Amino acid sequence: MSSIGTGYDLSVTTFSPDGRVFQIEYAAKAVDNSGTVVGIKCKDGIVMGVEKLIASKMMLPGSNRRIHSVHRHAGMAVAGLAADGRQIVARAKSEARSYESVYGDAVPVKELSERVASYVHLCTLYWWLRPFGCGVILGGYDKDGPQLYMIEPSGISYRYYGAAIGKGKQAAKTEIEKLKLSEMTCKEGVIEVAKIIYKLHDEAKDKAFELEMSWICEESKREHQKVPDDLLEEAKTAAKTALEEMDAD
Amino acid sequence: MDLNLDAPHSMGTTIIGVTYNGGVVLGADSRTSTGMYVANRASDKITQLTDNVYVCRSGSAADSQVVSDYVRYFLHQHTIQLGQPATVKVSANLIRMLAYNNKNMLQTGLIVGGWDKYEGGKIYGIPLGGTVVEQPFASGGSGSSYLYGFFDQAWKENMTKEEAEQLVVKAVSLAIARDGASGGVVRTVIINSEGVTRNFYPGDKLQLWHEELEPQNSLLDILNAAGPEPMAM
Repeated sequence: MSSIGTGYDLSVTTFSPDGRVFQIEYAAKAVDNSGTVVGIKCKDGIVMGVEKLIASKMMLPGSNRRIHSVHRHAGMAVAGLAADGRQIVARAKSEARSYESVYGDAVPVKELSERVASYVHLCTLYWWLRPFGCGVILGGYDKDGPQLYMIEPSGISYRYYGAAIGKGKQAAKTEIEKLKLSEMTCKEGVIEVAKIIYKLHDEAKDKAFELEMSWICEESKREHQKVPDDLLEEAKTAAKTALEEMDAD
Repeated sequence: MDLNLDAPHSMGTTIIGVTYNGGVVLGADSRTSTGMYVANRASDKITQLTDNVYVCRSGSAADSQVVSDYVRYFLHQHTIQLGQPATVKVSANLIRMLAYNNKNMLQTGLIVGGWDKYEGGKIYGIPLGGTVVEQPFASGGSGSSYLYGFFDQAWKENMTKEEAEQLVVKAVSLAIARDGASGGVVRTVIINSEGVTRNFYPGDKLQLWHEELEPQNSLLDILNAAGPEPMAM
C-alpha cells in the first residue's frame, strides 16, 4: 500500500500524475497512527468511544480529553494530532454558536458537519497551510433525530450508522457491522462500544490505555455528555469479561 | 384640513395571525395612508418570504418592504444550504435580527406566520423594538388596539380551518369599523401542510357592526339612469 510519491508529495497544491494529492494521504496516515475512535448510531441516540493510549504513567487519569462537546446537542471525538484536533473543535463550537445567534435555533447536525468539513478542506487548498492531521467523528441529536458524521483530513464528510478511525479502524468496522444498530438502545450501545475497543486494543504493541466514552440520547435529555460513571464501569467490566472468555477458547 | 401629502407612506393597518389545528391563518386590511390621504386602498400587506412562510407588515410601508426583501433573500440562501424548507422559527429570527439591530432607524411591526414539518403552524409577533414572541394568535398595527379583548375571548385551541378564517375576517372587519387608519378589503392567507391559499373579501360585503350605516345607493345613480355620454354635449 505504500507508494513513494517522489517529487509530487512536497506540497498540498501538487497533484501526482495519477491524480492523487499525496500530502492529504500522508495526513490520513497520521490519523491512522493514533488510538482508535469509534462512533455508532443506535435507535435512540449516539455513542462514541475513544481508546486513549497513555503516553506516561505520570498522567492524571481523566485528563487529555479526546471527546469534546461542541454544543448542547452535539459532540466530537478526535483522532490524530491532538493540537490540530483542538483547532477543529474550537471552529465547530464557533460555527454552532454563530448559527444559533443568527438563526435563533440549534444548528442542524448536517449543517455543522458541512461547515466543519469545509473548514478542514480549506486547509488543503493553499501551499502555505498544511492539512489537519486529524479525523473527527461528530455525533449530534437534532430535530431530525440522532446523526453521526465523520470528517476526514481531506475535508470529506459522510453520514454513517457506524464509523471508526485510528489504529484499529478495520477491526472496529468489522465488529460494528456485526451489530444490529437499529434495534439497540444507547445503554446497550455503550457496552458494545466498550467491548469493541477492548477487543481491538493490541496489548503487545501499546501498553496501557484509558477508555473515554460519551453519548447523546433520550436518557441524557438529548444533550451530549460523558457516559455516567456507573454505566462506564459496567461497560468496562463487561468488556474485560468478554475478552477473557475469548482468550479462554 | 391639511392632507399632508408629503408624509411618509404608513400603513395604519390591522394585521392578524392565528394558529389553528393544522396551520395558520394570516389576515390584514388594505389601507396605505399618506397623512390623511389613502395612497392605496387595495394594498397587499401579506408578503411571501418562502413557500411556507408569510409575513404581515405594518408601520412604515418602506421599512417593512425592505426588511421583507432582505429576509426573503437570506431565507432563499439558507434553504439552498440546508437542502430543505426553512422553518418558521428561523424566518422569525432573521426578521428579529434586522429589526433589533436597526431599531433606531426602523418603524415597522411584523407578524410572521407559516407551517413547517417540525412544529406545524406557528405565529411569531415581532413588534417595534425587535423582540420575538411565539404566540397562538397575534395582532398588530393601529387597529390591533381594538382586538386584544376580542381575541382573548374568541380564540380557542384546535379550531378548524374554516373557523379560524372566519375569526380572522371578523376581527379585521371589527378593527376597520373602529380604526380610521384601517380600511378597504380584507385579505387572508391560509398556510398548512397542503400549501397556501389566498382569499379576498371586498369591503362592502363585510358584515355591518353596531351603528354602521347600510350602503346607500347614490341619488345620482337613481335619478339619472342613462346620463349623457361624458364627452358628448
